[in-house]
Amino acid sequence: MADKPKLAVWKFASCDGCQLSLLDCEDEILAVAGEVEIANFPEASRAVIDGPYDVSLVEGSITTPHDAERIQEVRAQSGLLITIGACATAGGIQALRNYQDVKEMFNVVYASPHYIETLETSSAIADHVKVDFELRGCPVNKMQLVDVLLAHLHGRKPNVSAHSVCLECKERGNVCVMTAHGTPCMGPVTHAGCGAICPAYHRGCYGCFGPMESPNMPALTSWWKGLGVADADIRRACRSFNGYAPAFREESEKYD
Amino acid sequence: MKNETYILERKDFPTLLEELGRRGYRTFGPTVRDQAIVYDELESVDDLPAGWTEEQDGGKYELRRREDDALFGYVIGPDSWKKYLHPPRQKVFSCAAVDGLITIDDPEPEEPPMAFLGMRSCERHAIAVQDGVFLDPGSADPAYARRREQALFIAVNCTNASETCFCTSMNTGPKVDLPVDLNMTECLTPDHHRFTVRAGSNRGAEILEAVPTRPATEAEVAEAERRIDEAAGEMGRTIETSDLKDLLYANLDNPHWEDVGARCLNCANCTMVCPTCFCTTMEDVTDITGKSAERTRRWDSCFTWDFSYMHGGSVRQSSKSRYRQWMTHKLATWQDQFDRLGCIGCGRCITWCPVGIDLTKEVEAIRNSETVEEAHADN
Repeated sequence: MADKPKLAVWKFASCDGCQLSLLDCEDEILAVAGEVEIANFPEASRAVIDGPYDVSLVEGSITTPHDAERIQEVRAQSGLLITIGACATAGGIQALRNYQDVKEMFNVVYASPHYIETLETSSAIADHVKVDFELRGCPVNKMQLVDVLLAHLHGRKPNVSAHSVCLECKERGNVCVMTAHGTPCMGPVTHAGCGAICPAYHRGCYGCFGPMESPNMPALTSWWKGLGVADADIRRACRSFNGYAPAFREESEKYD
Repeated sequence: MKNETYILERKDFPTLLEELGRRGYRTFGPTVRDQAIVYDELESVDDLPAGWTEEQDGGKYELRRREDDALFGYVIGPDSWKKYLHPPRQKVFSCAAVDGLITIDDPEPEEPPMAFLGMRSCERHAIAVQDGVFLDPGSADPAYARRREQALFIAVNCTNASETCFCTSMNTGPKVDLPVDLNMTECLTPDHHRFTVRAGSNRGAEILEAVPTRPATEAEVAEAERRIDEAAGEMGRTIETSDLKDLLYANLDNPHWEDVGARCLNCANCTMVCPTCFCTTMEDVTDITGKSAERTRRWDSCFTWDFSYMHGGSVRQSSKSRYRQWMTHKLATWQDQFDRLGCIGCGRCITWCPVGIDLTKEVEAIRNSETVEEAHADN
């Protein structure tokens, strides 16, 4: 069994939802466990095998000095490092702190703020170490996560497209919510991967998978203005789970 | 074969769908879903969009109530028959490694034949364009060929046109002029609600014989013609096609491409809704043990980076280059490739562009900029 690749799953600042996506694979996870050695996955098992690891899945963003050091250790003992989810790839929803005075916030929130050691910003893993593959989503699509692992195991290309959500909407047969309903939708600038869930339920895309490969933010937001969307709402839409991804951040700042 | 024009009364319309069912067809046609008229499987005449129409413009689509109960009183929706003949996702083959040998399973699923009810003339032309791609002897797609061969076309001539229609410019409508199995026109007044019907094939004639009809009078045929002529006069857009190829070839470096590139979202909606766009990509998946694999073909678009990706990068990096690729293919290079235009004037790319980019206006802008340059040269 020593030949099986060793897999580790690491958590940084996050809600655990992406790790749960892996556990949520149910049928697939047992089969995956037959092909890889799940060596370090505290959320799933207390049994931890020491590194190095062939593949590391990293969830969460860097928000503390301690984590900024820990990610270096993770990188050092990992062959392939794959970040999973909006926190790890863009700083996550907690990157909203990047627009605020963090000290002022924790003085308000915590009874004993002197115990808190934190960084000014929440940042993506790739801002700290070399990342081999980024899997987007809040949370990640569990089938894409399995596909990325299998692609690595079998030496093929993962089926992860960086184009807009619109292609998934059309494949699914959704009627465009922006064109037919006048509903503001982030889909045209958002990375595919979710399978266009929200438009299938008549909601605009929230941008959970972050910016697509060539996002034209000004073209979209100026159309939104024509739909009657207020500047503050444009800012909020750009500044959510992936609000610190450069394309979304820069557009949101125009509406400050 | 019944080759004259007949009248099918509205009250007898359900018998047509019943007859299609008896003959083993799954019938697909227009129905209202999610505030649009889409194509879906029809269970009965009640599924048709009776009394509905739509308003269309660049980036805008709105369902509207008609004052009557016309079954086909709309123009076209976001869907085209492409989604059935050339589906968004299609398994190409699966393979497995067994005892050191690779076996390949080429799927030939038994699909019941499909009947397409409500096909518009422009859509029939779009199928002719895709036939040129998928039935070409050198690169024929057997799955497309099988579905296409089995499919029954029941056309309904347009008696309305929308703001984004320009089939008259493309010589693709509104009157159905390519072969279909049945060709109908809906005629509705406060006094009557009926369809003129002509068979265009033996199977169309057999179906027509099985439903209650009577021969149409000359006046009834003339009424249908008049209604189609009215639609021809309602085109919301026009495009001058005589010089398109030369115009676009002479303007590959026109600064206007920058302008449209700045507005274009690169979202690929235009190519998804276009009934002639045929480009695909392949996806390979492996099972967990790596002992079997499957190849799937899915719709792709010249607006994605992967589409022109070659060892290390995408050939078309800029938004302007991707938009130029799409439009010059539709209107110019398609003529060299297939000896016809790739656009059939349905206007879906205009309506369903989330930011209302209008290829007829982009062509006009390029043409006008050329005129301006000539004027400068003359001075």
